[in-house]
Amino acid sequence: MYNSATRKLHFYKRFSSYYLMLLPAVAGFIIFDYIPMYGVIIAFKKYSITKGIFESPWNGMENFNELFNSFFFWRVLKNTIIISGLKTLFGFPAPILLAILLNELRHLLFKKVVQTISYLPYFMSWVVLAGIIKEILSPTRGIVNYMITLFGGEPIYFLVSVKYFVFTLISTHVWQSIGWGSIIFLAAIAGINQEQYEAARIDGANRIKQMWHITLPSLIPTITIVFILQLGYILSAGFDQIFNLYNPGVYAVADVIDTYAYRVGFEESKYSFSAAVGLFKNLVGLILVLSANYIVKKFNEYGLW
Amino acid sequence: MKIRREKSGRVFDFFNYGMMIVLSVSFLYPFWNLLIISMSSPGEANSFGFHLFPEEFNFRAYAQVFRTELIYSSFYNTFIRTILGCLITVAITIFAGYALAKRRLPFRNIITLFMLITIFFSGGLIPVYLNIRNLGLIDSVWALVLPGAANAWYIILARNFLMTFPEELEESALMDGASPFKVAIKIIFPLSMPIIAVIGLWASVYHWNAWFDALIYIRDKQKYVLQLLVYQIMLQESISRDTSLVIMHRDTTPQSIKATTIIITIAPILLVYPFAQKYFVKGIMVGSVKG
Repeated sequence: MYNSATRKLHFYKRFSSYYLMLLPAVAGFIIFDYIPMYGVIIAFKKYSITKGIFESPWNGMENFNELFNSFFFWRVLKNTIIISGLKTLFGFPAPILLAILLNELRHLLFKKVVQTISYLPYFMSWVVLAGIIKEILSPTRGIVNYMITLFGGEPIYFLVSVKYFVFTLISTHVWQSIGWGSIIFLAAIAGINQEQYEAARIDGANRIKQMWHITLPSLIPTITIVFILQLGYILSAGFDQIFNLYNPGVYAVADVIDTYAYRVGFEESKYSFSAAVGLFKNLVGLILVLSANYIVKKFNEYGLW
Repeated sequence: MKIRREKSGRVFDFFNYGMMIVLSVSFLYPFWNLLIISMSSPGEANSFGFHLFPEEFNFRAYAQVFRTELIYSSFYNTFIRTILGCLITVAITIFAGYALAKRRLPFRNIITLFMLITIFFSGGLIPVYLNIRNLGLIDSVWALVLPGAANAWYIILARNFLMTFPEELEESALMDGASPFKVAIKIIFPLSMPIIAVIGLWASVYHWNAWFDALIYIRDKQKYVLQLLVYQIMLQESISRDTSLVIMHRDTTPQSIKATTIIITIAPILLVYPFAQKYFVKGIMVGSVKG
């Protein structure tokens, strides 16, 4: 019998091998990504370890009320926005600038070497980087403070003083990410039509004018997309880095949403509360990315999808 | 054709090259500093100065660290997790990417969306942790290897790469009756070495550097990975010498022990890095061609 049911079966059977190939990935996503998404419901429950996720009683918005009423939450939210904002303010243009400058280097080997060296910090974990940075910034052994004292100043406690911590955080963040971040912009620059530069040179534009009028505008699509992608992470502020560099003395300025959620969850075992914090963060992040993409699309065609 | 450089261009070049040199030093010096400290005597390690070269070499810290049991088990565990992680991630990714590259696959778009969502949304720290605990994976290497094995970024990357292969490549084999698996393994994958190398390297670096998952999932000291060991040692600052993870000797300072452990941890990466870095860069380029 060759009816439409059999035909459908044959049709799908052709693809059965491919579904089999997809199976491990799909299973992985379900088990390790989607099931925890369901676990997010404990944000609306009063989670007890003995009862588990399903049996723990619901408590509606109680965890969220506790969250929005707590002193720490607002401090943590403020810190997150400030740190994230500063990181974007300085950390976003820096790789672009580096890419433009690197592009101006004519000596190819030199350029290659500098590039390779610049990605080096990106390949280290923040556990390692924190160790390295703590040595450099040490008030008694570090070269930075050594040079400061050579010029007659007092050693600065970069990592334990509330005054300097955020500055240190931003600087080391730029240091770590500038090299790697420049790659995508360098690739975009490489795609710029060389004739534009020729025409500009004939018109008498010097190198700097060329950079400003040709290179930079050509990068706008890339810049826009990278920027939108980053917006979704605005509430992230860099857990790895902060966690390894901070200490109780600077919580007032350094504690961000993720570090707070970690301590509340793992050190105080307030699982439901921590889950509420996480859910809040995810939702806001999602809204931000969608809004940003929508707004940008309205002004030109460069969106994420 | 030689381009004539204007004077202002030459000044600019001078500053540019100069700045690049300063920048490079700023990237290299911190690592060099740590290396020197690990080989310096306690007196020198603690001194205020440039630490460019030790006046007298002192390898006591290395001796101490290599005499510590934990270093070997941590190294081994890190090695195992990196290899397992790399192999499993690559296997899952390349097969999934290949299947999704088939334009006529039914439900292709839904499945892709299903994967993309995991990039933007996550259950959060606690639900993910509870999940691993419920699966009985606490203190197991699988808690470190499995969660990241299905990675939407990598799969999309592999898919895009594989989509550039013309269908004619497989058509004759398929018509001869070869199964899709055979076609994948015998024809497509050997040609996919570039993307396999990229994903394999990225996954390997990720696993070598991963520390947070070990922090929350591994309790048994024997199962520690290197990064976790470094993390614990970094915390030792305020703990007395007797309870430290590495047996202290009066001739070594906590700083030199930390420095030594870090150097040992990053040594493999530093050795592989110059050769592998072009693959990492390629990966970003391939991924960014789409946008």
